[in-house]
Amino acid sequence: MTRAALMALLSHWARNPLQLFTLLSGLALATALWSGVQAINAEARASYDAAAATLGEGRFDQLLAADGGTIAQADYVALRRAGWLVSPVIEGRLNGVRLVGLDVLTAPGGLGPVTLGDDADIGAFLSGGGQIFAHPDVLAQLTGTGAELIPAPDVAPGTAITDIGLAQRLLQREGVLTRLIVATDQPLVQQPLAEVAPRLTLRAAQGGSDIGRLTDSFHLNLTAFGYLAFAVGIFIVHGAIGLAFEQRRPVVRTLRALGVPLNRLIWLMALELAGFAVMAGVIGVALGYVIAAALLPDVAATLRGLYGADGAGSLGLRPMWFLSCLVVALGGTILAAGGALWQLARMPLLTSAQPRAMAMASGRQARLLGSLAALLLGTAGALALWADGLIAGFAILSALLIGAALALPVLLDRVLALGQALSRGVTAGWFWADTRQQLPGLSLALAALLLAMAANVGVSTMVSSFRLTFAGFLDQRLFSELYVYADDAAQAAALEAFVTPRATAVLPLMSVSRDLANAPGELFASRDDLTYRENWQFLDAVPMVWDVLASGEGVLVNEQMARRAGLSLGDPVTVAEGVALRVIGIHGDYGNPIGQAIITESLFQTLYPDVTPTRFGLRLNPDDVPAVSAALRDEFGLPAANIVNQATIKAFSMDVFDRTFTVTAALNVLTLAVAGFAMLMSLLTLAGMRLPQLAPVWSLGMTRRSLGWFELARAVMLALLTAVFALPLGLALAWVLLAIVNVEAFGWRLPMYLFPADYARLGLFALLAATLAALWPALRLARTPPAVLLKVFSNER
Amino acid sequence: MLLSVRQITKSYAGADALVPVLRGVDLDLDKGETLALTGESGSGKSTLLHLIGGLDRPDAGTITLDGIALQGLDDKGRAALRRGDVGVVFQQFNLIPSLRIAANIAFQARLAGRDDPAWDEVLADRLGLTPHLAKYPEQLSGGQQQRVAIARTLAARPKLVLADEPTGNLDEATADSVLTLMLDLVRETGAGLLMVTHSMRLAGAMSRQVHLRAGLVA
Repeated sequence: MTRAALMALLSHWARNPLQLFTLLSGLALATALWSGVQAINAEARASYDAAAATLGEGRFDQLLAADGGTIAQADYVALRRAGWLVSPVIEGRLNGVRLVGLDVLTAPGGLGPVTLGDDADIGAFLSGGGQIFAHPDVLAQLTGTGAELIPAPDVAPGTAITDIGLAQRLLQREGVLTRLIVATDQPLVQQPLAEVAPRLTLRAAQGGSDIGRLTDSFHLNLTAFGYLAFAVGIFIVHGAIGLAFEQRRPVVRTLRALGVPLNRLIWLMALELAGFAVMAGVIGVALGYVIAAALLPDVAATLRGLYGADGAGSLGLRPMWFLSCLVVALGGTILAAGGALWQLARMPLLTSAQPRAMAMASGRQARLLGSLAALLLGTAGALALWADGLIAGFAILSALLIGAALALPVLLDRVLALGQALSRGVTAGWFWADTRQQLPGLSLALAALLLAMAANVGVSTMVSSFRLTFAGFLDQRLFSELYVYADDAAQAAALEAFVTPRATAVLPLMSVSRDLANAPGELFASRDDLTYRENWQFLDAVPMVWDVLASGEGVLVNEQMARRAGLSLGDPVTVAEGVALRVIGIHGDYGNPIGQAIITESLFQTLYPDVTPTRFGLRLNPDDVPAVSAALRDEFGLPAANIVNQATIKAFSMDVFDRTFTVTAALNVLTLAVAGFAMLMSLLTLAGMRLPQLAPVWSLGMTRRSLGWFELARAVMLALLTAVFALPLGLALAWVLLAIVNVEAFGWRLPMYLFPADYARLGLFALLAATLAALWPALRLARTPPAVLLKVFSNER
Repeated sequence: MLLSVRQITKSYAGADALVPVLRGVDLDLDKGETLALTGESGSGKSTLLHLIGGLDRPDAGTITLDGIALQGLDDKGRAALRRGDVGVVFQQFNLIPSLRIAANIAFQARLAGRDDPAWDEVLADRLGLTPHLAKYPEQLSGGQQQRVAIARTLAARPKLVLADEPTGNLDEATADSVLTLMLDLVRETGAGLLMVTHSMRLAGAMSRQVHLRAGLVA
């Protein structure tokens, strides 16, 4: 019995391959979008973990030079003698590769991610030409070192690890260390740090790696997009399964009438769906892999640009990711099919065997959906008014999007009812009434379109607002025509003397890394110069802010530090041991994840006399830039990389920015394409059910061609109405992203700008997608042979 | 006695109150007997047929089929009864559109575990369906589809064949031909036949007739 019943159920798909394709492709696309985003996240996170393990970052306390400079090897020796269990680290760039030198015998993390086998030759590592373990993508850049190069995929991308002695020699920084890692277990009795190495400062271990923490926000946004894409996919699957169940109602009734028990039938259908879910899941995961592989290089560029973190540029296949995506595909199918199976379980045996698409929009169901939508939208509004935090932000997004998707059919029905009431003429009246009748079958596809369009409007508004603000910020901050980097303090002094007569202003760039308001930050010096006064803009500042700063009585802080530490004007900030200044201005600082404070140059030099500027911003007549650049190269032999003009930095920054959001844009396009596909599949599936509704109209004198045109017009009109509803929803989404999610995730709030031309273009794309989706079904209808239409009457009983 | 129906009542929920459809029907049918159930629209003919077929439950009364009391069966038991003991020929045919004619004919017999390809062939031949075995239902005329439905029912060799206006959608000549075939085959298999019909002409071809009026045997 089971076999016969299963064969009967499966034969439906063999006879209706389009429905099967809709079901499988909907689920596969949903899984693909989700798994693609998850793959990117997993891969990038694995890279940070490798980076963190390489650098011992975050996991251990560290000793750093208080002035932000290097540590003398003598300090290390003194600390070891005083009983401090510390391990030296040197870091530097060699041929573009981040070279990390570790002392394998004292490092608490050993060689970080590098696993030495039993046959490892420690002697070779520590002596002679040495060994360098490097990520395979950078091995070629290290061939000139003379060391044995060993590929180590677990080492962070762009990074190489070697013995500290070899690293110092290769970096030409012998006797110098970058930092000291402090082992977790220390002797009970130790000489205090201040006595042994007073120039060093202790930075406490953090819960997670710095890079990981900083990039979490970026991944949060990607994950949110993944959920959104999956939600769009689930709407498609739900629609496909709902229609498939609807069309199989007569078969289900027949099977039950012929003696197949209901429970058996439900199990068989659930099993059948589970099989499809696994099949589609595998296809989806494969597609997701392709999407991730295509987008990952841009993600890596994004992270490098935004945070200086090296993410992976290539994709590995992780079994856990594969399995978790399959589980999600199965879960999504259960979610989407739950309602249909529930309806099947409750369906009376003698219920009408006819497809009842119209009944799907029964008044009671519509009222229930409308109430639920109102409840969700009300919840979103209440949360926006009274709740704070990232979780609240995502709760608002969820409530807003699901509420809007549920409200869409109700709103569209009201609009169509109005159209019907206002229409004159029999054809128009029929058109509106017929469109209303079609609405239940199309509502899921339209909800997917609504979500996709709203996501496009919301995310593009956020990105474009960010871009506009960022461009203004660059203009405001990158005012020097030329930026020069000296190799050392002596060269810097000579360089400053050389350029002073040639430039209208020389602005030294000095900073130290130190904790600011209990978090890692950077303290900068600012020369009292007209340039700053003319260009800088503040989000909030005391009157005569530059005069107060120049007097050494205040500090400027960036927005993210102010938000994180809850600082406002007048609050004190410690800028050096025992020196606290009040906040006199808060400035926007986009693209920078950490806290930044600025004090006047004279005070900075008093507090940190050992720090000398090696970087300078030069104010020049733009026409003089090439000549001054050439003179600097000739006079000091500076490489091109040490002389950067403003235009190059701006172009680089904007390029980084644009690449940052390439992923978002690509996902936007994909989501819209999937929604368009959903519409096509729904229209095609409905087309077969349409004939009994259209045949009478045809028989009463309307041509097949006219019917085809009406089908096309109907789809375009519904897409247009959906676009109209998607615009305010998308703007609300943008507001939540800009005013809540970004503030929590990034620490800055951006102004929201509107881009009507972009929205109009998006609307046109949506209409185009709807037209393309409706074209095939409309053409099929227009070409339906009269014999097929007549069959409707001969089958009518 | 193949079928015994005693004091069956059945009501359906109306807009304001319960609407009684059957109000205490008694009925008997012997093995090999053919019985026509006639009556006006709304007299309860189809409802009675559904109750006897285990497709629905009565509010009160008893139905006994070949010694089995239907009221004592749960859903699973009723499903087993429909698979093995009762065959229903619906007015709407209720064929499975995605299966070919051959598979449709064998379908119920397979469900019942009594698949007999040789008997299927005989039925197909007698009902004139042999040229259409590889086709799908939508490719057949109404009369041909009804013959497939009859073949499907008889292929499972049920003890009782229930037919709900099986020729209601067919023209007179086709209806006569289909009915003649059905009666011949029912007699050959030794099953009982209970047929709901409006047509007094078709009812006349049965060995006995029962007329329902307002939910009671007239």
